[in-house]
This record gives sequence, C-alpha cells and structure tokens, in this order.
Amino acid sequence: MTMTATATDVLAAVRAIPDPEIPVITIEGLGILRSAEVDEASGVVQVVITPTYSGCPAMRAIEDQIARVCRAHGLQAVVTTALSPAWSTDWITEDAREALRRFGIAPPGPVVAGDGERAPGPVSVMIGRGRHTVACPRCGSAATSVISPFGSTACKALRRCDSCGDPFDEFKAL
Amino acid sequence: MTGTAYSAYVLGLADDALIYSHRLGEWLTWAPQLEEDMALANVSLDLIGQARALLTHVGSLDGTGRSEDDLAYLRDERDFRNVHLVEQRRGDFAQEMARMLWFSAYQKALYAALAGSADEQLRAIAAKAHKEVRYHHDHAAQWVVRLGDGTQESHAKMQAALTWVAPYVDELFDDSAPGVAEALAAGVGVLPSSLRAAVSADVEAVVAEATLTMPAVPKWRARGGRDGVHSEPMGYLLAEMQHLPRSVPGARW
Repeated sequence: MTMTATATDVLAAVRAIPDPEIPVITIEGLGILRSAEVDEASGVVQVVITPTYSGCPAMRAIEDQIARVCRAHGLQAVVTTALSPAWSTDWITEDAREALRRFGIAPPGPVVAGDGERAPGPVSVMIGRGRHTVACPRCGSAATSVISPFGSTACKALRRCDSCGDPFDEFKAL
Repeated sequence: MTGTAYSAYVLGLADDALIYSHRLGEWLTWAPQLEEDMALANVSLDLIGQARALLTHVGSLDGTGRSEDDLAYLRDERDFRNVHLVEQRRGDFAQEMARMLWFSAYQKALYAALAGSADEQLRAIAAKAHKEVRYHHDHAAQWVVRLGDGTQESHAKMQAALTWVAPYVDELFDDSAPGVAEALAAGVGVLPSSLRAAVSADVEAVVAEATLTMPAVPKWRARGGRDGVHSEPMGYLLAEMQHLPRSVPGARW
C-alpha cells in the first residue's frame, strides 16, 4: 500500500515532535514513540507511546501535542500508552545522544544486565559508577563525579566536572 | 460484583506505593540539602507513577470501574490496604533512610518476582517499576552507609532508626493478607514470605557495611494494614491527601 502525501507528512510531523522537557530531541529520538500508523479510510492516526519513568509528568503534554499535530493535518489521533516492553535508555538514537551532548546533558551509558543488584562487598558503588565513564558535555573531561543520583527530572542525575568545575545533568541509564 | 478475586492483592501493592509517595513528598523543603529535596521528590514521583498504574489496573480488575482518582481520593481509611510502615509519620532523616532501605529492598524483590506474573498488565508495571526502585534502594543504601559509618552522632541516630523501623517490617511478608491466596492460585502474585530471605540479606549487607548492627527482634510488631486496620497517623495523612477532591469534587488544575 502506498501512502498519500498527507499520511507521509503527518507521520513525519509526529516523529519530529520535541520532548517537552528536553526540546532538543524528538520523541522518536528518545525512543518513547513506539509506533504510528495512519488509517486513511477512517482518518485516524494510531500512535503508541511509552513513558520513560512510571511517574513521568510529560506524558499528557506529549499526548496533547500528538493530537494537535494530527488535527493540523485533518486527522484524528488515537494515542495509547504501552508499558511493555519497558522503555530503556538503550533506545535513544545516536543522533539524539549527540543532540543531548551539545545541549549540555551527558548521554546515558549502556544498560548493564543485573546492574543495581548489590553484590556482596562494598556498598559505595552507585549504579553505573565505575562501569562507564561519564564525560563532561562541556569540556570533555572524563574526571566527573556524582552530586546526586536524582536531578532536575526523573530521568537525570546531577554531576560535576572535576576539571572545568561546571555542574551538568546526566541522562541515567535505565 | 464480578471482580477478579485477586484484585485485593494488587490494591495492597498500589496503596503501599501511594501512601509512601505521599510521605516522601512531605520532605520537600525539609531535607538536609537541596539535592536531597529533589531526590526524595523524584522517588516520590516514581512511586506515584507506579501507584497510578496499579490503581487503574485495580479499577479494571475489581469490577467496580473506579478510576485511579476514585480509588485514591474517595476511599475511607478502612478501605486502604497499605502496610503500617509507609503510613508512619515523617521522622528524622535517618528514620526515613531506614524505612526507604527496607521498603525499596522489598519492592525490588517483589517487582523482580512479578516478572513471572500471569497478569500481563501487572507484569508490565512491575518490569518498569523494577528499574526505578533499584535507584531508590541504591540511594537509601548509600545514605545508611554514610550516616552509619559517619560521625558518632550520625551513627547513633542511624542505629536508633533501624530499631525504630524494625516493628514495621514483618507486615510486608504477611501471607494472610486479602487476595494473596487468590493471586497465587491464579499465578499472578508472589507469596510475600518467599521474598523475606533475599530482602533481609540485602538490608543486612548494607547494615554491616555501615558498621551498624541489626536490632533485636521487636516484641511488638505492626499488623492489620492489609485488612484496613491502620495506625493513628493514617487518618491525618488521608485528611490532607483527600481534602481538596472531597471539598471540591471534580476540581481540575
């Protein structure tokens, strides 16, 4: 089946919707847009999204934005939220990671299976710490440390660069 | 009513998350540092997200068609199924970290085990929540170690906090709670007592690292929360949490 120009346009527009909290990346780049299909006969766009965190307060804003974009193309959006499979930072695209870095947010490291399971022994190991290096998004230094594992939004931790002294956000691996 | 027999089990999990979320939210502007205000609010936000998903699921399971808001705001104290642990008043910061250490270790084991649930929606909620509560547990563990292995005063306060929380732990592992038998029969739930060994080992490892000792087994232990029998702080908590939607039904932002 070939899509009409409207269908192609609306899907591109949905994919290009910016994340409300981190507007430099799109909902597609963030990996929270799971699917989008146009049923031209009924004029309905079926969109499936998934939250980053269970309590993510941006979900409603994203739904509203999808509805607005579809309306602008004369179509009606039906947005459903799917919890499974659970969102992972591994779904963030390369382009989006680069955009995050330019924006001053360190992109997430890889999700390590079993990470966070507390091994017997010293407790002072934070999830992710020691397993990947978080480079400062401003000066590139690998010498950075955690200020707090919970930052300005649910998905971010707060870090400090030991070289340039700037504090910065890190997208937590999830 | 044509509800699913195990909905009471899911309601217990939902109410634990909802009520603890409320208690943690009370820390805003009262935590020892600004970063900690944000951390506790973030943990609270994760828990309210979990509570919303679980309550919405309960509304579809129990045949009443109640929404998450109906369940959170329009039930009375006797209809809440949370354990006493989460409803206790906000104490000092060491007490909060002791409570969060136990609760997050419990939730981590619970949600991991629910990955095998026959209830598809519960499985999905648990898989998502499990990723979040690992961070909660990590956070609590780091504070317990920092305070326990800190100054003389912080050590003493952290040790007292472990003693304070001890009577509230048993209830998490109570197999006689409503809906548990039905949830097990349906292949949906986890036998609470089966989580105990792993959760205790988890907490004990942190306590040892923190140069603290596990408190003696308490003579008095809380019970009845899963049957809707709560302690004094619960009524005050609900009065605050439910005041607005009950005074102004249908209020919107």
